[in-house]
Amino acid sequence: MNPLPLDLQLLNACASLLLLLSFSMLAQRRVVNLVNLLALQGALLCFATVLVALRTGQAHLYLSAALTLALKVIGLPLLLHRLIRRLGVYWDAEPVINPSGTMLIGLLIVVFSFGLAQPLAALASTATRSTLGIAIAVILLAFLAMITRRKAMSQVVAFLSMENGLFFGAMSATYGMPMVVELGVALDVLVAMLVLGVFFFQIREQFDSLDLHHLESLKEVE
Amino acid sequence: MTPLDITTQLLQVLCALALAPAFLGWVNQCRAWLQNRAAPSVLQPYRGLRKLLIKESVLAENASSLFRFAPYIVFGTMVAAAAIIPSMGTGLPMSLAADGIALVGLLATARVFLSLAAMDVGTAFGTLGARREMMVGFLAEPALLMTLFVAAMISHTTSLPLIAAELTNRAPALYPSLAFTAVAFTMVLLAENARIPVDNPATHLELTMIHEAMLLEYSGRHLALMEWAAALKLFNYACIGFALFLPWGTSREAWGPAGLALAAPLLLLKLALAGGALALIETVSAKLRVFRAPEFLATAFLLAVLGLLVHLLLGD
Amino acid sequence: MGFTFSYLNGCLAMLLAWGGIGLAGLVRPRSVEFAGRTLFPLGALCGAALAALAVASLAVPAEQTVLPLGLPGLPFHLRRDALSSAFLALLGATSVGVSLFAAGYFRRGEGTAPGLLCLEYHVFLASMGFVMLADDAYAFMVGWECMALSSYFLVTTQHRIPEIRSAGFLYLLVAHVGAISILLGFGVLQGGSWQFTFDAMRSARLDPAWASAAFGLALFGFGAKAGLVPLHVWLPEAHPAAPSPVSALMSGVMLKTAVYGMLRVCFDLVGAPQWWWGLIVLGLGLGSAFYGVIFAAVQTDMKRLLAWSSIENLGVIFAGLGLAIVFRGSNLAPLAALALMATLYHCLNHALMKSILFLGTGAVLHATGERNLGRLGGLIHRMPWIAWLTLVGVLAIAGLPPLNGFVSEWLLLQSFLFAGRVPESFVNMLLPLGAAVVALCTALAGYVMVKFFGVIFLGQPREPTLAQAPDGGILERLGLLWLALGCLALGVLPVQVIAMLEPVTRELLHLPALSWGSRWWLLAPPAAGQASYGPLALFALTLLVVFIALLALRVSIRQRTRRGPAWDCGFARLDPRMQDTAEGFGQPIRHIFEPFFAMHRELPSPFDAAPRYRVAVGDRLWTLLYEPLAGIVRAAADRAARLQQGRIATYLLYSFVTLIVLLALVL
Repeated sequence: MNPLPLDLQLLNACASLLLLLSFSMLAQRRVVNLVNLLALQGALLCFATVLVALRTGQAHLYLSAALTLALKVIGLPLLLHRLIRRLGVYWDAEPVINPSGTMLIGLLIVVFSFGLAQPLAALASTATRSTLGIAIAVILLAFLAMITRRKAMSQVVAFLSMENGLFFGAMSATYGMPMVVELGVALDVLVAMLVLGVFFFQIREQFDSLDLHHLESLKEVE
Repeated sequence: MTPLDITTQLLQVLCALALAPAFLGWVNQCRAWLQNRAAPSVLQPYRGLRKLLIKESVLAENASSLFRFAPYIVFGTMVAAAAIIPSMGTGLPMSLAADGIALVGLLATARVFLSLAAMDVGTAFGTLGARREMMVGFLAEPALLMTLFVAAMISHTTSLPLIAAELTNRAPALYPSLAFTAVAFTMVLLAENARIPVDNPATHLELTMIHEAMLLEYSGRHLALMEWAAALKLFNYACIGFALFLPWGTSREAWGPAGLALAAPLLLLKLALAGGALALIETVSAKLRVFRAPEFLATAFLLAVLGLLVHLLLGD
Repeated sequence: MGFTFSYLNGCLAMLLAWGGIGLAGLVRPRSVEFAGRTLFPLGALCGAALAALAVASLAVPAEQTVLPLGLPGLPFHLRRDALSSAFLALLGATSVGVSLFAAGYFRRGEGTAPGLLCLEYHVFLASMGFVMLADDAYAFMVGWECMALSSYFLVTTQHRIPEIRSAGFLYLLVAHVGAISILLGFGVLQGGSWQFTFDAMRSARLDPAWASAAFGLALFGFGAKAGLVPLHVWLPEAHPAAPSPVSALMSGVMLKTAVYGMLRVCFDLVGAPQWWWGLIVLGLGLGSAFYGVIFAAVQTDMKRLLAWSSIENLGVIFAGLGLAIVFRGSNLAPLAALALMATLYHCLNHALMKSILFLGTGAVLHATGERNLGRLGGLIHRMPWIAWLTLVGVLAIAGLPPLNGFVSEWLLLQSFLFAGRVPESFVNMLLPLGAAVVALCTALAGYVMVKFFGVIFLGQPREPTLAQAPDGGILERLGLLWLALGCLALGVLPVQVIAMLEPVTRELLHLPALSWGSRWWLLAPPAAGQASYGPLALFALTLLVVFIALLALRVSIRQRTRRGPAWDCGFARLDPRMQDTAEGFGQPIRHIFEPFFAMHRELPSPFDAAPRYRVAVGDRLWTLLYEPLAGIVRAAADRAARLQQGRIATYLLYSFVTLIVLLALVL
């Protein structure tokens, strides 16, 4: 059998690494490392976008690669690092509840999303469609990470990783979203980040901690 | 089954027997260098074996015959495993008799006998070692099996020489699935050979030890056989890794004796590199608490399964 | 019926002989000598003859007969085909070892009188054989119920102990719920013809929904017998309660009748199974295998441990069965043959090795009076025969080459590995995960078996009384030896065994003959790529190396061996209590799989003068499933109890209303 062309091989490798990073995020305890993982994920995403752009020659993909680089590899991680320093949660670690169990659920999610992606991928006509399953898996794994985390900071990181997954999925299925949508999403993420940043300070002022289980005391009915 | 195949087979087993202690010595030497210590000679394990072989053997008073037989069985299975793994050539007659699954079975046999022997005398350390060894084993074994499965799915067979041949003959390509399993395999290798993140081969009588705890009651020639078997095990694992992930250079039938002549130095080169890498990993990582070991191995298992899934999705 | 010889008649004669031997036990019911030295060895002979007949008849075309017995107009139909023969061979071969062992096992003054026990035991054997020969629903159910009842009486041999009575009750309850489901399943299978012969069921064309209903009922019924989770609760109670030879038969053979039933229904009576049935069976099988093995790892009672291990093995068998159904439903016949062969092979293996283990525990139990692992240890010195023969079973069930457990594991993993050809892509993704679970369970089985053997036979005796434990008698050794040799033969001669079993897969899958090995010593299944396995060569090589090593050391080095005290690690005194207990050995599993266990721990406080640590591991399914279920049943019974008024007039009113309603319906 013929091996795939090199760029598709590289893309597949990128996709697999993205998946691996998602799993590492599930198991990672330190907030700082989480942010670094996120930056790495962004970098991979940027690389994958360039690969696809080279293959298809679609100019807007270069733009979105640049956007990814600026926002997800440099901008947001820097912002998050600054936030971490300002909030003084640099050494914050949180217990991951039963990491093996979480990973096992993650594995089932991967099976589910791979199975889900196969009929979908059959509909798509792109050369990159085989990675759609990985994109779905990255989204759902980020969701799982958000569920299992209790610190506000790690939830935000997981949220951003979910956005990465969405972006990657769009690229696998249709060579990226229209530029307008992409810009809109990027702006949204940026604004959301700023709002959340403000929010963190408020939460900490209120509860002296970024642990979200304090929010449970906000309900009205006991 | 040509005469060349039989020669390759014999040569390979003898090579494994002869080189295994040297490989262990090489790893120890690299480790010492990396840790700024004066390094022992590569030949140190041979000296150790010689010393043990000529010493008398002291058996505990209530050791049963199982305890006496176990070193031979462990040693025998390790040699048999060395005969199966295509480290020098792919035309091995013995590899017909045992494929990758059987190889995992053989390694499991050795582990079970080792653990049973450790329980035989009935000391606290022996049973502790046996329990931990089985704990590591029950997670490492499926991880190893899954690693083999990914390679087997790529090449549509579980026969190790055929896998190695198939992977060599293919046009070079990136296999994300193999990358996943390579990481998983490395983790299994570390755990199964009592290397650092899981066990520490250099210490005795620490609460964290596994492999050494099982050998505490052995002495003399029995201990020599056990040590030799452990060195063979490390060698075998390295060769499994070569067969799955670095299969280039193993001799094929078509190449004739020239292939064999080429395979031997290549094997040495691979061993040298692998030994260095192993020493590096051991130097930069910290020993895990025993209760983190299952997590470590569960991750390996998971990575291997993930590799399998990625293979199925991407179909490489 | 005539006197013409047919294999069917031959097998039937052996079953009758078993019945006769059982009845003979009533002649001198109190004599252990008579039952033990005469009747049980005779039963073993019958078993050997049955096994020989069954093996010889495997390749013979199906034979049918009608017995002039049974209800008027409803005679017993019997049929022997390759599938029946395979399971009859299993029954016969296992019973030889177990009966021989039992001949030396039963002692005076233990519950039921030996003569009566002999009757129950042989009726149990005969009824299992009858189930495998039955060719109509009526005969099948009669055999099935005889089997359940006789085994119930055997389980409650020591009926003076309340726990054993309640274990027996639980067993009977589950057996009957299952039997009802099987009966209903046959009701669906007849497909409106109201003919309950299996021939009629084969020719009935069911639409897929009804076929699925029949499958579901059969799965529930046979699953209850096989101890699939969550219907497994009776197994860890009933197996320890029964005398060891009976446990061996129940675990080794009776559970296999459920596999036989599933095979009969799914591949023969329904005709063409649908592929998704296989997924259900596979899922249940894998779940049971995993659940069984982790619970086995934390048990402290040796027979209970084996019972959980049976759940695991039946799980593996059902996983193979499910895989075979998936392949059969997807029209991948060669792969189905591979999976089916793995299933059949594991049935045979499990029958032999689990019998060894149960018999071994029986011998230990008789010698020491202890079932608790925490009070055993070091028995390899006092009971070498039993220990070494048990070791064969231990290595076999841990799935180690060159013994038989590995062969079926190998076949099963091969069939999982090449499952990528199933048309449904989602299933393609799921099946390799199944392989991962099987691999995990096998590795865990190794853990369990090291614990089992190590704690009972190795180490130092944990109680001083163990120093007087006598080794097994000659008959017990013979029985175990037979089974151990069987394990070895099945392990090193897989090509021959598979060649014998091949008619079964051919018959069930309507396949032409396949070649399973190019050479007599090399197993190379047709569907498994180019992989091959030659246990004999592997075994020979290992032995050769061992031999050379022994010889070399003996020749070149002066052999000096000294005995000395075990090194005490710097403590002043090393005592047996410092060894791992059964709880201790299971601790990693308890720790890793904590969510699965309902654990009750009693920890000592730092100030306790006599600190005690106790841990009890329970089955969460009791509280999650069975207790609510029992509550519902009780509530429903309470409701229904309102009908009971105690006044004659009310009862008359019920009858009156029933009569009116029925008349109105009919007219």
